[in-house]
Amino acid sequence: MNAARCVAVAVFRESVRDKVFYNLVLFAVLLVGASVLIGQLTAGQDVKIIKDLGLAATSLFGLFIAIFVGISLVSKEVDRRSVYPLLAKPVRRTEFIVGKYCGLLLTLLANVIVMAIALYAVLFFLARGVPSQLQRAWDTPALDPALLKAIALIYLNLAVVTAVALFFSTYSSPILSAIFTLGIYVVGQFNADLKHFDRIVDSPAAIAVAKACYYVLPDFAKFDVKLAVVHGVPVSGTYMAATAAYAALYVAALLCGAVVIFSRRDFK
Amino acid sequence: MSAIRTRALSKDYHVGFWRPRPYRALDNLSIDVAPGDVFGFLGPNGAGKTTTLKLLMQLVFPTSGDAEILGRPVGDVGVRRRIGYLPENPYFYDHLTAEELLDYYGRLFGMSAAHRRARISATLERVGIGPERRLALRKFSKGMLQRVGIAQALLNDPEVLFLDEPMSGLDPLGRRDVRALMLELRDQGRTIFFSSHILSDAEALCSQVAIIAKGQLAAAGRLADLQHFAVLGWELVMSGVPAAALDRIRARARRVQSIAGDRYVIDLPPDGKPEEMLRELTAAGATLVSLNPLRETLEELFVRRVAEVGNGARP
Repeated sequence: MNAARCVAVAVFRESVRDKVFYNLVLFAVLLVGASVLIGQLTAGQDVKIIKDLGLAATSLFGLFIAIFVGISLVSKEVDRRSVYPLLAKPVRRTEFIVGKYCGLLLTLLANVIVMAIALYAVLFFLARGVPSQLQRAWDTPALDPALLKAIALIYLNLAVVTAVALFFSTYSSPILSAIFTLGIYVVGQFNADLKHFDRIVDSPAAIAVAKACYYVLPDFAKFDVKLAVVHGVPVSGTYMAATAAYAALYVAALLCGAVVIFSRRDFK
Repeated sequence: MSAIRTRALSKDYHVGFWRPRPYRALDNLSIDVAPGDVFGFLGPNGAGKTTTLKLLMQLVFPTSGDAEILGRPVGDVGVRRRIGYLPENPYFYDHLTAEELLDYYGRLFGMSAAHRRARISATLERVGIGPERRLALRKFSKGMLQRVGIAQALLNDPEVLFLDEPMSGLDPLGRRDVRALMLELRDQGRTIFFSSHILSDAEALCSQVAIIAKGQLAAAGRLADLQHFAVLGWELVMSGVPAAALDRIRARARRVQSIAGDRYVIDLPPDGKPEEMLRELTAAGATLVSLNPLRETLEELFVRRVAEVGNGARP
């Protein structure tokens, strides 16, 4: 898998050169600006809001990268024909796809890690001025390690979105891939509702379609524990492991699909 | 063992959106390229040259037939360690410099850092890229990109080189350099398969050619065997030819034409005995300007074979 590693590193370097990480500056400005603005609120509320905002921004910025870089990962190489000399080297098409995916995961990982550090830094400075007696009354401590659970699930969510974007990118244009990926992301937010569709409709056909969609489409709501973490509701290790396994299965299925399509594709 | 071998290789593309129908881009191509040959794959635009190269590189998959490189199926990734490929009008990552691009490709070949450095330096130097190697490729001209393309094809010191229109985009100096490079590689015993529609390149470089038209092989073999190397006639150019002598030879010549003043071009049939005519005319006071045998050129062969395919004649 030397080739896959080389391709992954190339994707990461390209992200750096394409200034993908500029979003981190925007993230930092947003967090610092928000913390200054809401500094007047009741002590404790501001920390909650910053946690909420920080996690939401981590998810949103990551989502933009996962979709908009993900949809062009393969199609750009094919459209510009840079894939021709590449695939004439000792690179299997599977390695190419896996390398592209891992490269973007690496980019997202660096992004999420820096955002997590920035979030903890802002929370540290916010909590510094609050007496410890007051801090004990908060639902969760400012530097709550449980935030890492929410961030880890955000990362897994992004890993699935990236796999969806890459899957479409293997055979579709970037615009269509973006529409499909965004569509699946939005539907995936409400996937759990499809499971219980029989409670609101009577048509057996509609119920069957909804059930099929529930099993085929990813359930992105599973990855969202932001609210629970911010309000101190525990997220169990079992839940984390099960969600990670769900993400791994989904990513594996999508990558297999992408490899099958890409391996048969003619570059006309 | 052939360096490159195809058997009944065919490729259909499907055209049309609503009712796709097959369009045969390549039809039953069978060729053998011996190790060490410079093989010219010739044909007009749209003949199927690039499709054939893409089939050999597994960028497209055959509808039927098969192909081998160095005795291994083209799908064997291992064989790609031993080949180099220059696509037509190559595009490379334009945010990289030439050095970075070759470094990336070198890593794909699993070369060590020291080996990569040495090969990158040697290949870029060989194709005439100097300090520009540290500029982003987006700043390169088409000719410079073509040179980078040739450099990346040579990076792994390949045994077999596939070049799709290698002279495309090059100025006369660049073309001369690439020709010299190809001859040098040939002398090192490497096999070169190159496509072109520029026949002078093939004439200057190739030991073997194949002519393809409308996806079909129109002719293949050694240039010497394909062309009518038997003399098709003689072209005698004389100056100071007296009018009486001119009248005497008209009956034995296919054509006598005045070029300028008393200089004439005399076209003789293959059995026209040019030595006798030369003696006769010089005895009459004329002076020899030139005497050349007439043979079929590659261009004439090319036009004839392409026209035969166009007229539905089987090669």
